[in-house]
Amino acid sequence: MNAAILSRGRLAVWCSCLALAFALPLVLKSGFVISLLCQIGIMAVFSLSYNMLLGQTGLLSFGHAVYYGLGAFATIHLLNAIGKGGGPFTTALLPFAGGLAGLAAGLLLGYVTTRKAGTTFAMITLGIGEMVAACSLMFPGIFGGEGGVSGNRVVGKETFLGFSWGPQVEMYGLIVLWAFACTVAMFALTQTPLGRMANAVRDNPERAEFVGYDTERVRFLMVVLSGFFAGIAGGLSALSYEIVTAETLNAHTSGIVLLIAFVGGIGFFYGPIIGAILVTVMQIVIGGMTHAWLLYFGLFFLFMVLMAPGGIASLIAVQRALWQAGLLGRMLPHYAATTLPVLILLAGLIGLVELSYALLTGDGSEGPSKVMSMQLELKTPAPWLTALAVTGIGITLTRWIGGRMRHEWNATLSTLHGDRS
Amino acid sequence: MEFIVISLLNGITYGLLLFMLSSGLTLIFSMMGILNFAHASFYMLGAYFAYQISTLVGFWPGLLVAPLLVGAVGAAIECYGLRRAHRFGHVAELLFTFGLAFVVEEVVHLIWGKVAVDYRIPAELDGTLFTLFDTSFPIYKGFMMLISVGMLVALYALLTRTRIGLIIQAALTKPDMVEALGHNVPRIFMLVFGGGTALAGLAGVIGGNAFVTEPGMAAAVGSIVFVIVVVGGLGSLGGAFVASLLIGCIQTFSVGLTISITDVFALIGVQLPEGSQVARLTITQMAPVLPYLLMVAILIFRPRGLMGARES
Repeated sequence: MNAAILSRGRLAVWCSCLALAFALPLVLKSGFVISLLCQIGIMAVFSLSYNMLLGQTGLLSFGHAVYYGLGAFATIHLLNAIGKGGGPFTTALLPFAGGLAGLAAGLLLGYVTTRKAGTTFAMITLGIGEMVAACSLMFPGIFGGEGGVSGNRVVGKETFLGFSWGPQVEMYGLIVLWAFACTVAMFALTQTPLGRMANAVRDNPERAEFVGYDTERVRFLMVVLSGFFAGIAGGLSALSYEIVTAETLNAHTSGIVLLIAFVGGIGFFYGPIIGAILVTVMQIVIGGMTHAWLLYFGLFFLFMVLMAPGGIASLIAVQRALWQAGLLGRMLPHYAATTLPVLILLAGLIGLVELSYALLTGDGSEGPSKVMSMQLELKTPAPWLTALAVTGIGITLTRWIGGRMRHEWNATLSTLHGDRS
Repeated sequence: MEFIVISLLNGITYGLLLFMLSSGLTLIFSMMGILNFAHASFYMLGAYFAYQISTLVGFWPGLLVAPLLVGAVGAAIECYGLRRAHRFGHVAELLFTFGLAFVVEEVVHLIWGKVAVDYRIPAELDGTLFTLFDTSFPIYKGFMMLISVGMLVALYALLTRTRIGLIIQAALTKPDMVEALGHNVPRIFMLVFGGGTALAGLAGVIGGNAFVTEPGMAAAVGSIVFVIVVVGGLGSLGGAFVASLLIGCIQTFSVGLTISITDVFALIGVQLPEGSQVARLTITQMAPVLPYLLMVAILIFRPRGLMGARES
């Protein structure tokens, strides 16, 4: 592997990603898509910063939202404090202040949290996260209480190179620039001696100590730096939404970023980006369709933990390895054959969940209720039996065809590994 | 004086309830190395199951059936989910229980709705047990104490006086050796997980109607239980006991104290500058933060916890 951060191949990938990010709003002009893209950009930076801990240093944190939230609050307060005195150029730089706030929080809290790794670290970050969230409700002057703190990102009358950041498209451009800079910086960090030592501390702390590195110090530095990038993400969110509530630093936000990074794939640098795209799209698209989206999302997460603990990025990596070995052709018909029964199974399960949701949250009236844009009589057995039958057929078919696919999959994998050795 | 005695009684009641949760968590942790993130979710399930049973056949059958149901659910989850995740290492296990907590909360939303359910104290336990300095002490709190202490004694006897307890203790430290002697260690793990979750379920049955049964109850108590396990020392039942009572008392005392930080410092002769937001905070307002502050202090001054034997 080429050690240079900007080898020719990587430069091409980076540039095409940046070009794609800038080209997207030219094609998709709707305001809905632009806000969706903004959120993806913010979450990508946030989850990448999270993966600096979980993926690179092996630290499972349950309180990462603290850095994100403090960065967001610092940014919005600074924005309000500058007020008329600033201009668009200062506004564009404000996320850096958010990053500094995250860095400061990392310096302070990292001292307590990084004394231990492993399970203890997870519990301590959980406690610290709860503590900061509880504190935020104690000081309504700073954290705005229930209503949060709001601001206005358009400052003054003049523009900077024609940008005032008022329209969401211009904000999107700013987010892309920041997200790109942060991504490059975080990737560069993985190539530095510190990044390498973080991997060593994750894989074998004893040995890292033996070679003469202070593992506590490495963990501390990684927490501080990851707090910096999380703070930048928080600053971007403050500018983008123009409101920061106490929810940005509570346990729910910490949980979401963990889910995003894990679903995307913590073993790969680009994994959290995939996770951010997938989860944000799911949240907004499926969340708009059904109230049960969190349940689906939780079940999807459990499925990923049990079936593909490497996340989506690892699935992609395996397919790539198969393709390079010329074995992908062997698997493709099996993938195609498995798709149909899995879709049937999903349809049955979703039908059952939606029916129960409609029955339990409905008004209890006798008439037909609207479930999945169908008018169904919930009190009659017909829709329930249909959903049950579809689920049953789905389970049988998936077991039958999926079993054959698994057989072929194992055979292909052993060929792949056999070729290597 | 009245305030101290009543708060102490309330604190001990609450602390014993917390210990029912933290003892299960500690047992599961020291045995399987799993930090069960969903432990408080089983507490919530216990409360909801008991509510459902109480609407059908009354409180008393629920007291027995609900914890058993929760334990069965826990054992099934260990058998079909956790054991699978175990192959991918500790992080996968932790994430599995984390996702489980997420799903349980959503399922509770789905079945029982997003608002609190009307889970009541049974009529025969509704009343005053005794009156102390004009403040009445409800029968139900005494009943909670009785159940918790009875549970503790039973647990202690089970672990130290019975054959299965001996095997569990042996499997704690030397699982390979126990397996080599012909015991089914995975089944012991399943039993311990089921037993730990059943304890949490029982805590839910008697805690759900004393406090409030709502979908947020798991999250509210979950992080406190983690604080207890850290403060008491990972894997130490005795430590968990002391820490539970300590945190229970801290929480009940702090919600009753309306003196501000300025007053506290004035007691030791330090005059704080007037007007700052911190100085005007009362102990009551600080109540939610105190357990976490205690945890941070313990971590700085005694990282292995009050009675923890090992560092990590």
